[in-house]
Amino acid sequence: MSTVAAELKKTPLNAAHRALNAKMVDFGGWDMPVQYPAGILAEHEAVRTKAGLFDVSHMGEIRVKGPGALALVEHLTPNAVSKLVIGQVHYTAFLYENGTFVDDLLVYREGEQEFLLVVNAGNSDKDFAWVQQHAKGYDCTVVNESPATGQIALQGPLSVSILQPLTKTPLEPIGYYFFTHGEVAGITCLISRTGYTGEDGFELYCAAEDAERLWNAVMAAGRPYGLLPAGLGCRNTLRLECKMALYGHEIDDTIHALEAGLAWIVKLDKGDFIGREALLAAKAAPAPRKLVGFKTLEKRDIARDHMPVVQDGKQVGFVTSAAPSPTCGINLGLAYVPTGLAKTGGRIQIEIRGRAVDAEIIPTPFYKRQK
Amino acid sequence: MFPADLKYTKDHEWLKPQGDGTALVGITHYAQDALGDVVFVDLPEVGDAFATGEEFGTVESVKTVSELNMPSASEILEVNAGLVDHPEAVNDDPYGKGWMVKVRLKGDLAAGLLDAAAYEALVSAESH
Repeated sequence: MSTVAAELKKTPLNAAHRALNAKMVDFGGWDMPVQYPAGILAEHEAVRTKAGLFDVSHMGEIRVKGPGALALVEHLTPNAVSKLVIGQVHYTAFLYENGTFVDDLLVYREGEQEFLLVVNAGNSDKDFAWVQQHAKGYDCTVVNESPATGQIALQGPLSVSILQPLTKTPLEPIGYYFFTHGEVAGITCLISRTGYTGEDGFELYCAAEDAERLWNAVMAAGRPYGLLPAGLGCRNTLRLECKMALYGHEIDDTIHALEAGLAWIVKLDKGDFIGREALLAAKAAPAPRKLVGFKTLEKRDIARDHMPVVQDGKQVGFVTSAAPSPTCGINLGLAYVPTGLAKTGGRIQIEIRGRAVDAEIIPTPFYKRQK
Repeated sequence: MFPADLKYTKDHEWLKPQGDGTALVGITHYAQDALGDVVFVDLPEVGDAFATGEEFGTVESVKTVSELNMPSASEILEVNAGLVDHPEAVNDDPYGKGWMVKVRLKGDLAAGLLDAAAYEALVSAESH
């Protein structure tokens, strides 16, 4: 096992995780903390009620800059990039011509013609190649900043209280999905009011060599508030409760953006972008399947990722993500089902280890924070 | 971490002979740590019989599920009803309050069971 572990990529916070006795796992080729000694339930609850601190340095960062930058990012993504003001962020995707996903990502507008694209760790190399490949003919530079960038995410209702004493930048005025640049604990950061947990919070980007100092400063500031270091285990249950997509689960290169319930990031009227023709056609035809939320009816029936959805003994769909929900106290999941079955209150069956169990389709997101 | 009075399986269950032909069965500290927060333990009915190595239930954590395999052929005398409301006992006290079933052993103890030293060596090898 040690030979495999030696090949895993490490974030600049690897030593910090080990010092905190994190349980480390191979996550898409990265040596990442799945949980710390407090455990997934405690970390999940800390994020919902106080705050949690995540290492997300494994995410990829691609900077696109130059006179052709806006045109390139518009071409590469379905959301309306020109609508972003400088200092604003939005959620979007890279799509193939057939409308399925290369990846999902955040686009930060740093300037009129400068964008920071933040992509999934496991897709980072593929994404960078994708952007480079399509950048030909556009007057702009494409730089992979991933190795030089550290990123931590402070998430939870006490995030502003914890972070404000560390920075002169006023945090409260930063709107949700907006960002600014400033110093946190004396370290130059991009301060972004975004996250993947459904709570208020900030994602802080800094130079890789400053990441451990930043992490330690935020941990120290947050301890009195009940801040816990939080691993990938609770990151998954937190995002699932909010129905936030995870590449390889709700979205991948076999699922297109409309059936994934992501019509809100697809601006078909914005002009040309890769995947538009396929999505126009998909929109005009009846959708064969739909992503729905469900709960199983018995406590013992806990669905898991990739289990089949069955009807009369035949597979008709599949679970994308599922887990016992720490906040809701029920066994939740997301699944692709035939459109005819996709009615709130309707019943579907999930095959759990050879046994077909009943589940009810329920509204999503499963959890929404009080604002 | 490795009580000397227990017998262990390679799948990380433990069995504690009570000296009267009965035994308690649970999962080890190593197993609960690997699973993380346990949220549900699915146990058999009293009277059910299982062969050595046969699946007798499942233990579900937030992130995964694991089968429970019977360490030695036996019949279920009692299941730990306390785990219904407090599955976290499996994490907090795997060799005590986290026991899962009480069984009546059938015949001799299974030949493949490990003593504490052999199990510790197995775990040590798995985690490095």
